[in-house]
Amino acid sequence: MESTRSRALWIVVSLLILVWTAFPILWIVMLSFKTPSEIGNVQGFFPQDWTWENYETVFKTDLFTSALINSIGISLIATFVGVTFATLVAYAIARLDFPGKRLILSFALAIAMFPVVSLVGPLFDLWRDIGLYDTWPGLIIPYISFALPLAIWTLSAFFREIPWEMEQAAQVDGATSWQAFRKVIVPLAAPGVFTAAILTFFFCWNDFVFGISLTSTDNARPVPAALAFFTGESYFEQPTTAICAAAVVVTIPVVIVVLLFQRRIVAGLTSGAVKG
Amino acid sequence: MAAITMKNIVKRYGDGFPAVQEVSLDVRDGEFMILVGPSGCGKSTLLRMIVGLEDITSGEMLIGGKVVNKVAPRERNLSMVFQNYALYPHLTVFENIAFPLRLAKTPNEEVNRRVKETAELLELTEHLDRKPSHLSGGQRQRVAMGRAIVREADAFLFDEPLSNLDAKLRGQMRTEISRLQRRLGVTTVYVTHDQTEAMTLGDRVAVLRKGVLQQVGSPRALYEEPVNLFVAGFIGSPSMNFLPASVDGSFLETPLGRFEVQDERKLAAVGDRDVVLVGIRPEHFEDASLVGDEKKSQGSIIRARVDVTEWLGNEQYAYVPYEAPADLAAQLRDLSRELDSDQLRTQAVVSLDAASTITPGREAELWIDTKRLHLFDPATSDNLTRDEEHVAELDRVAEESRAAQREAQREPAEGPGATVAEP
Repeated sequence: MESTRSRALWIVVSLLILVWTAFPILWIVMLSFKTPSEIGNVQGFFPQDWTWENYETVFKTDLFTSALINSIGISLIATFVGVTFATLVAYAIARLDFPGKRLILSFALAIAMFPVVSLVGPLFDLWRDIGLYDTWPGLIIPYISFALPLAIWTLSAFFREIPWEMEQAAQVDGATSWQAFRKVIVPLAAPGVFTAAILTFFFCWNDFVFGISLTSTDNARPVPAALAFFTGESYFEQPTTAICAAAVVVTIPVVIVVLLFQRRIVAGLTSGAVKG
Repeated sequence: MAAITMKNIVKRYGDGFPAVQEVSLDVRDGEFMILVGPSGCGKSTLLRMIVGLEDITSGEMLIGGKVVNKVAPRERNLSMVFQNYALYPHLTVFENIAFPLRLAKTPNEEVNRRVKETAELLELTEHLDRKPSHLSGGQRQRVAMGRAIVREADAFLFDEPLSNLDAKLRGQMRTEISRLQRRLGVTTVYVTHDQTEAMTLGDRVAVLRKGVLQQVGSPRALYEEPVNLFVAGFIGSPSMNFLPASVDGSFLETPLGRFEVQDERKLAAVGDRDVVLVGIRPEHFEDASLVGDEKKSQGSIIRARVDVTEWLGNEQYAYVPYEAPADLAAQLRDLSRELDSDQLRTQAVVSLDAASTITPGREAELWIDTKRLHLFDPATSDNLTRDEEHVAELDRVAEESRAAQREAQREPAEGPGATVAEP
């Protein structure tokens, strides 16, 4: 009796949360399939006439396509560089005993807690002076520095989980420290590396503050910032549907990445390494 | 293959704790050496210093005549089996075994050939494509061994390899390891806390206590001629009984009764000590009614009250509680605690013939084989009656039997297995 009741409760709560989180997304998807004139004139959740028009508009706009390229390029580079650094740092933190280890960890934590907005002003001035304003590196650098702490914390937790014997075994088998790291530790930490990479990628992909303040042209403006610059067909028409279509387009890679890697993230690769 | 020589090896940790103190040990080429002792005696640390995973504080470590104190593990050409196997979970069994060869940039064909041979030797052939997580404990253990023997390492090091297996499998793997070592003839150092493993596997056994080497010798020499109380108590199960005794001419006054020692040499060893500890192994007692007259006269008979008996079919244990003077009782208790057995009361364990009908709770006549008892100095805990000639004799016999055993193991091994070590 008790179990069926608690199960029913679970289902109700889950459904509520599902509706709560999925509804806005679904709404945006629906909007993206409506004609621009339908908004404000016709009531209803579902589009009256399903149309791909908005998507065509979005991909025909230079503003959006160049922003998409910027977003993909900047996020991928920042993720790659950031995770590479974070892997090395986290490994050192997990394995070595060196003075200042706690300092590095608390410093990383401090950066993670630092309000991003307060840095935008100084960065804007600095970037203009040294010529990084409105360039890819101008965004990649702050992304890396704000994504690193989280990646370091995630990865060092993963590295600590890997039995040290694994590495010692590799060394006895004839591996250099680097070989042991690359052939044994990194593959074992792969789920952790993926998690860190995905988190970093999302952070860069979703950023708006840096994107809008440190860019001024199509040179480096990423998608979230570019969406703010969309204009309608005419002065009297709001570009709501086109923005929604663009939003759907930029959400798709995120969904794909999560679907692709969720099993790898969850799977405990270390099972079977030591006696179960 | 190589000999391993340790000269005054010391390991002190950062906080000053001495894990290994002045250990000098000589492992001969092709020998199976066991490091044994209770937990925390420094045996694993010593092994890890041999392989190079632990720094040596002072002293000299030689492998094959070369000082390796500062040589990295990968350059020592040793292979090791870890307690938890440390298999690479992301690689198949084949790649796990092939790992050392791949690192050495061995050509693919040779890797294939040697992994196949090793797998055959260890009966892993049908599991080569599986991941370690899908293997049973015994199979994982064999993979770890495969990884160790696939390379022509100078020596094998085992760090309690069987302690994660259940009792039945442990027995099987023990014989397997022994056979493999004799067949390959590679110098082996094997760490264990299990004295059965130590006795059955080793050519020689080194007993450690709190980082100090106590005795090195063949299993028989350790059992029959231990150097001190610790070794005497550690080797053998159930362990040796220690009875406090006051000396009165050729008679010993023990809590179990007064008996005579007929051995002049042993009596002479007592010197002017008033009190000694008498060490008698359980099997050197017998139910007096079952002992023939001729044998009876070679030992002594005591009367004691048996508390409990345990009949096991092939033999029978009887427990005889006794009172000991407080200071000696405390010493014996400390010793038993150190041997990980923590005996609550002072009692003698006596092994009797299964046919004996001694009843618990009654007085019984027990015969003691006084020729085989040992006398220990309670102050220094040294064995006063150790017979060096007998030790030399035992070591010589052990040496001969080892050579013969190896010969026998190698002859039928002219198949694929023997080429693993000598391709």
